[in-house]
Amino acid sequence: MSKYSVIGTRVRRVDGPEKVTGSAEYTFDIVLPGMLYGKILRSPHPHARILSIDTSQAEKLVGVKAVITGKDTLGRKQGIWRRFPELCDEEILCREKVRYIGDPVAAVAAIDEDTAEEALDLIEVEYEPLPAVFDPMEAIKEDAPQVHDGVELNINVNRHIEWGDVDEAFKQCDYIREDQFKCSSQAHVCMETHDAVASFGYDGKLTIWTSTQSSYYIQALAADMLGLREGDIRVIKPPTGGGFGSKFELDSAQFCAALLSMKLCKPVKIVLSREEEFTATKRRTPMYYFLKLGARKDGTMLAKEVRVLTEGGAYTSMGATALYLTGFFSSFPYKYPNYRFDGYRAYTNTAPTSAMRGFGAPQSTFVGESQIDMMAEDLGIDPIEIRRINGMTPDYEVPGQAHIQSCGLHQCLNKIDEHIKERGKLPPNHGIGVSAYGFMSGGIFNWFDTPYAFSAAIVRINIDGKVDLFTGACDIGQGSDTTLSMICAEELGVHLDDIRIHAADTGICPADLGAWGSRETLMNGNAVKMAAADAKRQLLEFAAAKMGPNIVYDFDIKDQWIHLADRPERGISYFDIVKEAIRGKDGEAIIGRGHYTPHRKGMISPAYSFGVQAVEVAVDTETGRYKLVNVTTAHESGTVINPVGIEGQLEGAIMMAGGYGFCEDQPMDEGKILNPSIADYKLIRSLDMPETKILEVETYEPEGPFGAKEAGEGLTNPTAGAIGNAVYKAVGVRINDLPITPEKVFRALREKEQQGK
Amino acid sequence: MKEGLTLTVNGQPYELYIKPKTLLVEVLRDHLGLTGAKRGCNSSSCGACTVILNGMAVKSCSVLALQADGGEVLTVEGLAVGNKLHPLQEAFLDHGAFQCGFCTAGMLMSSKALLDENPDPTREQIKEGIDGNICRCTGYNSIIRALTDVVNGEYKEAK
Repeated sequence: MSKYSVIGTRVRRVDGPEKVTGSAEYTFDIVLPGMLYGKILRSPHPHARILSIDTSQAEKLVGVKAVITGKDTLGRKQGIWRRFPELCDEEILCREKVRYIGDPVAAVAAIDEDTAEEALDLIEVEYEPLPAVFDPMEAIKEDAPQVHDGVELNINVNRHIEWGDVDEAFKQCDYIREDQFKCSSQAHVCMETHDAVASFGYDGKLTIWTSTQSSYYIQALAADMLGLREGDIRVIKPPTGGGFGSKFELDSAQFCAALLSMKLCKPVKIVLSREEEFTATKRRTPMYYFLKLGARKDGTMLAKEVRVLTEGGAYTSMGATALYLTGFFSSFPYKYPNYRFDGYRAYTNTAPTSAMRGFGAPQSTFVGESQIDMMAEDLGIDPIEIRRINGMTPDYEVPGQAHIQSCGLHQCLNKIDEHIKERGKLPPNHGIGVSAYGFMSGGIFNWFDTPYAFSAAIVRINIDGKVDLFTGACDIGQGSDTTLSMICAEELGVHLDDIRIHAADTGICPADLGAWGSRETLMNGNAVKMAAADAKRQLLEFAAAKMGPNIVYDFDIKDQWIHLADRPERGISYFDIVKEAIRGKDGEAIIGRGHYTPHRKGMISPAYSFGVQAVEVAVDTETGRYKLVNVTTAHESGTVINPVGIEGQLEGAIMMAGGYGFCEDQPMDEGKILNPSIADYKLIRSLDMPETKILEVETYEPEGPFGAKEAGEGLTNPTAGAIGNAVYKAVGVRINDLPITPEKVFRALREKEQQGK
Repeated sequence: MKEGLTLTVNGQPYELYIKPKTLLVEVLRDHLGLTGAKRGCNSSSCGACTVILNGMAVKSCSVLALQADGGEVLTVEGLAVGNKLHPLQEAFLDHGAFQCGFCTAGMLMSSKALLDENPDPTREQIKEGIDGNICRCTGYNSIIRALTDVVNGEYKEAK
């Protein structure tokens, strides 16, 4: 029997009933009395100087209440890397220059959306088009157009990571490979587009309801851009229709709605259209990758050198983090004794690139796992075996970067090895490719420069034993409300339905960094567990006083029963103690506080998850079309808190990461995204979805709540690489640039045929 | 110029006066306050606005409300009977067949239309039945498991 009564059990989501009945009220659904509707005018040019903006005709249109341009702003530039002012480079409403097709230049508030739309057509903007640059390889040339003045060679940020003696180590290698890869962009395609309702009152206070991954970041960034104090802004996150990395920066919907509302003292709602969502929100970072890998004949990898150039687009955004993480995760999940990464992010006149689920690691895993398979083949070593020889193990120190405590990589390799052997001989033109991966459980580096704890929680026990849990964690669909309620119930020894969670409302919840970097289970989980333990300790003091046992006994609570830890039959009802404790505290509810900030856990993260995935494909050699037949994943994420949640994360990641490998792409012409609609942007639908199988591997992470760690983004890392390796196994062609489309497979097959003749 | 519209939604008859260009999804969401159906693309590509019109699953962002004149509409708000959830809703809850929930109303209505038409679909037919609905969160397989359980009689219809 499990030692836990709540965690590890299959439960219904706490937000389930409202979501299956249509009663959940998303930002998209909010209508306030007197509410106006906003629309945003965007640049049609990839790079241009704004000579003038004439809003007079728009203002005259009946039903238009306000028009704003860059002149109505404080003229500040914002960025989420707040610690580094030079990386705060985005005005949101451009004053002098536009830098990509979609850059906002004006916004309108009107009585309805149609009127607002009509008003946009009446705004006259005179542009002076400027030479533009789209490819980062071009952007770093001496004579390239300057996206931002004074930025040499358009290099926005660079990152260097190094340990060991790479040059010396390459001399000792028996075999060295050098390969180039190209990783494409990807759109988040949240089902709810970016949206916000902002309401500024005559009391000088602003409330923003918005679809976001971090209500705290939006509060802080909006305060700075609007010239308000953080405390004058309340950000509320209603149920949110997906995030995947796209929704934790201040966006044009939030900023323009807020500014319009401040002008009018009326609520203003802005919902981005699907086309705006594709063209004018952030996207996955495309990368050029240059890899050099050296090994001994026995398969031991001695040195790796990685050079990366990323397409930054017009602004910094979270691109600096994506660059660092792709550099760090290029070493994953292997023990390279000598490693060097040099990464550069170039500004271009394209839509800004930023965070997307996996955050640089799907790119590094695709290229790394492709190359290690190539290396294994050259050396005549089995792909699983070369990963065994080099794979990370528990208590491993990544020099100068990270300490890895729990690590179940080798168990995962064994499970996948068994799976492949069980599958036996495959039909013709089928192939199974493997890919190993790891990911972090929340980021450590405080680029936002928050003075607050990274996570915090408050637990309040009321007179009837019901528990209110307050947390800044943001459930964007991944299920953190459920997982955190489970952690709270387990620690307090009560039932899941005793907990009521209040999350992501800056007016009532403690500050918290929100949902990104797979941080909530570990970081919020620790804060919630600590808060629940604090409340529990207060109850146990009363229980001890009331029962008066020998002082050597410890107390515990399980299943709403407060008892001697060693003699569970000697106890008292949780509900009785709660009543008495509150009376004893002069009527004050029991309040527990918890917070968590990682200390002395290296540069990256307090904990890492690991896994290995096997993808089976079936290729049609006539057309290059291929089918994803089966995806089997051995994943370890420490103690499983919410098994239904993990299944959903895993299968959902396969849809998204499989799409990255298989079909999703954002082709551009002169900075214009050519497929900005769901009809044209190909993603995996139910008919393309492969069978999925999960192989459980148990580990325990000492740093995590009850031993848990991340299970969200890591799962998006392996799939593209495994698809590439599977296609190679099936038909012998290697595709080095994503996505691996049928067309590319077809061309490679024809080329191979020609060479064979 | 507005025109009259008669519509029965979730068993309730309505008489409305609307602009001819008004979409069915706008009538449901903006006039009747039934916000369960969402608008994810406004081009009938994502399926979030799916409702059942006269027994057929339709994308309500691509139907003029006047085209539905005199018709019967079932939305996600009409699935439960009193305080009893529909078997599909129960199965979605048990299988975690939704995460962010934005596609869920549409997914449930496509599922209902599928099972109304074919109470015993194969796995492939289930996949076809929901192929017009995009879910960016779940990867569909939990939805397919939920439907399979309903097909296998694991959940009894509420009366």
